[in-house]
Amino acid sequence: MMLETAVFYAAAVIAVFGAIMMVLQRNPVASVLYLILSLVAQAVLYVQLAAMFVGSLLIIIYAGAILVLFLFVIMLLNLRGEKIEQEKSPIPTATKLILSLLFFVELVMIFRQFSTMPTSEYITDAGWQFGDVVPVAELLFTKYLYPFELTSILLLVAIVGAVIMAKREKGEDEGEM
Amino acid sequence: MIPVTHYLILSALLFSVGVAGVISSRNLIVMFMSIELMLNAANLSIIAFSRYLNIMDGHVIVFLVLTVAAAEAAVGLAIIIAIFRNRATINADRFSLFKR
Repeated sequence: MMLETAVFYAAAVIAVFGAIMMVLQRNPVASVLYLILSLVAQAVLYVQLAAMFVGSLLIIIYAGAILVLFLFVIMLLNLRGEKIEQEKSPIPTATKLILSLLFFVELVMIFRQFSTMPTSEYITDAGWQFGDVVPVAELLFTKYLYPFELTSILLLVAIVGAVIMAKREKGEDEGEM
Repeated sequence: MIPVTHYLILSALLFSVGVAGVISSRNLIVMFMSIELMLNAANLSIIAFSRYLNIMDGHVIVFLVLTVAAAEAAVGLAIIIAIFRNRATINADRFSLFKR
């Protein structure tokens, strides 16, 4: 029981720390690395919530693929040196901070109604545990078969969109990059 | 066992940091990563609820959200590359088309 609480608080602090540092960093590469730190801490929380499969997906897909894609783009555009100068914004920084703080308070007010929610034990069948690959896959291919198949179309559209968007127009300064 | 509100408040905190990142950062890539962070904060609360209600459907939903995030990252980064090619900057203030 003590260990569970300790792991939760350690992972929570690391996740929030990584998120805040990601926003504060000037260098985009450091930003990506802090986001990876935050995601790994969140994956620990997933495992603690008995979501083994989704937690490993978070590390494999998010940290392994999506954020590496971010790193690729940063390297490709050679943004490491670029200084994003802060121009005079019509809204002061304090207002932005207060807005997000208010948003947090609002969310906490909403979530307070779940404080009476009972805690229950895992459903464990003979062959599997809650959140293992087998029961999640079973849901994915029976109850959620239709949305699951639709994601393949979504990914296809995303691939086509990305290729068209990033494609160089014919005759537009070729051989520059 | 840790009460579900702990996870929910952590998720709210991560989401608010994401909101702060989107509205205060001028760097397009950092704004985009803040959006990814907000998606993950929502995922965390879904996972927490599915654990405490003992329903595994939440895991499937998170799986679908991960797919959407991957698609979004691919298209968004392609848009950033296209913008950078045209304007040679990723400062969000520099290419606001509507502001004159």
